[in-house]
Amino acid sequence: MAEKLIGKDIAAPDLLAKITGRARYAEDFRVDGMVFCKMLLSPMPHARVRRIDASRALAMEGVIGILTADDVPQVEPHREPVLTNEPVFEGQPVLAVAAVDETTAADAIEKIRVDFEPLPFVLDPLDSLRPGGPDAHTHGNVRVDGEWRRLKWSAADFAEAGDERLPMGEATAEWSLGDVDRGFAEADVIVEETIVHQSLTHHPLEPRTSMAYWQNGKLYAFTSTQSTQRTRGALASALDMDPEDIVFVAEYCGGGFGSKISGSTLMQLPAIFSRKIGRPVMLRITRYDENYIGRARPGFQGWVRMGLRKDGRVTALDLYLVEEGGAYGSGDYGTAGNTAHLMYQPENMRFRAVSPYTNTPPKAAQRGPGGAQIVTMLEPIFDKAARELGMDRVEIRRLNAPGPESTFGPRETPLTSVFAREALERGAELFGWEEKKRLSGTRSGSKLTGVGIGLSPYTAGSRGYDGLMVIRPDGKLYVHQGIGNLGTHSIADTARPAAEVLGLNWDQVEIVWGDSSQGLPRSSVQAGSQTIHAHTRANHAAATDARRKIQEIAARTLGGTPESYTMDGGRVFRRGNPGQGMSFAQVARRAIALGGRYDGHEVPEGIHAETVPSVGRVAGQGLVGVARDDYGGEGAIYSWVAGFALVEVDAETGVVEVKEYTGVADCGTVVHPRSLGAQILGGSIQGMGMAMTQRWVFDPEWGVPFAKRLYTARPPGMLDVPLDLRWDALGIPDPQTPVGAKGIGEPPVGAGAAAITSAVADALGGRCLCRTPLTPDIILAELEGRRTFGRLETHVG
Amino acid sequence: MAIIRDMIPAFDLFQPASVEDALALLAEHGEDAWVLAGGLDTFDWLKDRIKRPKAVVDLSGVEELTGIRDTGAGIEIGAMTPLSRVVGDPRVRADFALLREAAEHVATPQIRNQGTLGGNLSQDTRCWYYRSGWPCYRAGGNTCYASAPKAMNREHCILGRSRCVAVSPSDTAPALIALGARMVVRRAGSESIHEAQDFFIGPATDIQRMTVLRAGDLLTAVRIPEDWAGARHYYEKVRDRGSWDFALVSVAAAFRMDGDTIGDARIAVNGVAPFPVRLDSVERMVVGHAPDEALATEAGELAVAGARPLRHNDYKVPLMRNLVRRAIRSVA
Repeated sequence: MAEKLIGKDIAAPDLLAKITGRARYAEDFRVDGMVFCKMLLSPMPHARVRRIDASRALAMEGVIGILTADDVPQVEPHREPVLTNEPVFEGQPVLAVAAVDETTAADAIEKIRVDFEPLPFVLDPLDSLRPGGPDAHTHGNVRVDGEWRRLKWSAADFAEAGDERLPMGEATAEWSLGDVDRGFAEADVIVEETIVHQSLTHHPLEPRTSMAYWQNGKLYAFTSTQSTQRTRGALASALDMDPEDIVFVAEYCGGGFGSKISGSTLMQLPAIFSRKIGRPVMLRITRYDENYIGRARPGFQGWVRMGLRKDGRVTALDLYLVEEGGAYGSGDYGTAGNTAHLMYQPENMRFRAVSPYTNTPPKAAQRGPGGAQIVTMLEPIFDKAARELGMDRVEIRRLNAPGPESTFGPRETPLTSVFAREALERGAELFGWEEKKRLSGTRSGSKLTGVGIGLSPYTAGSRGYDGLMVIRPDGKLYVHQGIGNLGTHSIADTARPAAEVLGLNWDQVEIVWGDSSQGLPRSSVQAGSQTIHAHTRANHAAATDARRKIQEIAARTLGGTPESYTMDGGRVFRRGNPGQGMSFAQVARRAIALGGRYDGHEVPEGIHAETVPSVGRVAGQGLVGVARDDYGGEGAIYSWVAGFALVEVDAETGVVEVKEYTGVADCGTVVHPRSLGAQILGGSIQGMGMAMTQRWVFDPEWGVPFAKRLYTARPPGMLDVPLDLRWDALGIPDPQTPVGAKGIGEPPVGAGAAAITSAVADALGGRCLCRTPLTPDIILAELEGRRTFGRLETHVG
Repeated sequence: MAIIRDMIPAFDLFQPASVEDALALLAEHGEDAWVLAGGLDTFDWLKDRIKRPKAVVDLSGVEELTGIRDTGAGIEIGAMTPLSRVVGDPRVRADFALLREAAEHVATPQIRNQGTLGGNLSQDTRCWYYRSGWPCYRAGGNTCYASAPKAMNREHCILGRSRCVAVSPSDTAPALIALGARMVVRRAGSESIHEAQDFFIGPATDIQRMTVLRAGDLLTAVRIPEDWAGARHYYEKVRDRGSWDFALVSVAAAFRMDGDTIGDARIAVNGVAPFPVRLDSVERMVVGHAPDEALATEAGELAVAGARPLRHNDYKVPLMRNLVRRAIRSVA
């Protein structure tokens, strides 16, 4: 590839709109007759609605209507309904009221009386597993093979563990590779720890607001979401309608971190309410609402035993995770188990897990779900083994990290490419590991210095999506993007290969995104760090289709074979004779005249059914390039970040200060360096917040959360970030994809977090607190021998 | 009655242009009035509809409440002076750097631009049970949720509890106590002056108020005498995050040295009691002694004598002890 654009810093086309405030987010839309709604949230963690008296609210001037659980699609109890008469977490929406303005709607909600019958609730999954422990749902506490069960461990299971070790009764998920007992028998060093990882909310800057109305049988929906086409699909499926009957608008998204992948359950509410009252309905979500319905990363209570030979290889890894499933379940534990195997390549492994439902707000993927937690939990324990073996921590990671022939997980999945060792080496060099590791555990006054490493993999791609683009008679390439505009620049950066294939300069390219009425192709969800991989491929494929059509039109018009033509700067011309050619503007007009497959009136075989009507929408606009990514490939696509941190722990206050951080990525070809740096460091900083400050707190007596505001939930702030931040990327292309790029959104989180947990343990002389977040109280109490929370307690702080 | 948050209900807004007018409004509306300074405490209460005043008296138009002036015997800072202005004031920086440091540790630059010195001193506690609208003693109810057996109380008090276990959240309060400041409180027709440490009251005095201010009262200014101008000082605030966070524990201390020994000292801590605590006994103990490690250790131990931690805040005992030690060490 010519690569005029790949690897360059080019600002995204929405930058100006964002910095000038012109960008329209979901809550910026206003239409004639629009009303506002407010929701009544459950005041209890688990309850049954016995009676609703809304008479005083409905009698108020300006109140338009009410929406209750009876008005929304009925779903099975393990699925989240839009509104419910049996709330399973405090803050769950019970009903909504629409009024001419928002204050009236709020005042009306205050006038409604709901008679709630309190039901037993549980916050800590271990409490649910105790003999006679409460179940989060009236149907049970776990789901196994699609059925509810009441899983209780025996008193002996708990007694055997005592207060300091995770009790381990029956698991609901289990797999093994090799023979873990044999692995431990072969080990020279065995480390074992019980670990607690907190649950934390996503708290994107923009809450999940939605507005909707109906016109001529079509639904117009404006939603804060990470994806576009796939969110439209999710909304259509929830409302049991044809996606083509939805005009879906989501041009901008103020962050999601996994909590708005295909929108959210509540995006249905304005659509349903609007259908009921015949007015456009705006549901503005406040920070308070967002705290409850904005999703959270599940916490873990875990236990690990790791065995290593003298040569440093991991012979056995035994991992047990109790996941806090939240109100509607969670599956982070599965990824956590696979990631543990991927990271250390143990010769033998056993993985067990159980994920009881709890009466806490629903969980969802949060940037590196499962992977980020397990890396954060395990890296300091791995360090402990390295310490006992007297091995260098970079070296022991290099030794165990996967290579090109490695597989991972119970299905022994191969990888498309892996350069984890190289990332470690480059990171160690950039950070100055050899020199800095000499500071390990040194004390200056009250400050203890520690250095740490987090080596974090995460998924980074997918295959088989469609690309769709048009060269219009203005001579420009219009790349239609069905992915979302999450703030990662994907809408623009994944279009670059199309420009490269067609020899265009960037100012000859326009991006069409965020409005399904424009005709958008079948896309990946904007999640799983897939898009740079999935959609550079899809756009490469569609551009290759367009290129072929341009060559054909040139040959038909000017003579010769299609192959004898090449293109550059918006012109197609004879190889060796640039004078004999035509402009893309002429090509576009010619394509329209020719019709058929040239201008989209004929749709090629093999593209996704969802793309077909979108091709119809652009047909006749110009020369249409449309294709499915058929490049194929074998194995899972993973990126890696090796994070290195230097911290100072104040032994007199428990305060951790991160002094330096370096993150180096193995994420294939670098498409957009500046944006990549923002992802590597931004994700790492989010991880630092997870390791150090951010968490949720629940009162166990009443079952309600406290850290409901940004200042109490404590995501990291400017002064929690080290001044010395460095990043780099290996830039080694993935061989199985034409552009060579792999995703990067998620791997940095575990790297940033684990570098901190590893460095803090190092500062404390190898003592792993095995608990996050590492707030000053936790550290100081441990140093002073006055622990203020039980070893396995969750939702504290 | 269902709960609504994040939506300020309607109220009557008054925007007086003079202190006299403000006092008249406060007198007229009595218990129904709410004094609005920078709004950082106020708007949370109003948005959450937990406090529902009928009349809000917004002081932002009262120019005479803003500014820092030399009184000849020290400085007087108007209660509406933004914290960022306190931080940047040359006289404060030169003579009362302890206050500058404390004010600079408040929240974030944006909040320091909006927040005022008077507001920082008069703000309500951040006990999350109370701030969530639970009917506790402080809210006029008959229990304390934060000291219940299973309560989450890592941020609550270890000293000075009296039914309520909340802590004072002010960063500037301990600094002003250490500087011997006085608070000027006016009400229609009268004025009273309070020593800084007496301005803050505990739940034993009145469980529903954090300060001496009653309905009709207005904190108009803070006077800082020359007594501790240019004194050596120590300020430290320990918090979970580097910014936008209240103190877990903070310490503010001013020292006059007499050769190698401490000639005079005033030390206050916050985050440990429902009011900022002046450590008189520690002050008496350290005066006349060289600030060596032994003295620092002794001072730290004395400071926490009688501390009664709750279930989850035992760490505050060593934290307070260590911060007091560090304050003494700082003049070694």
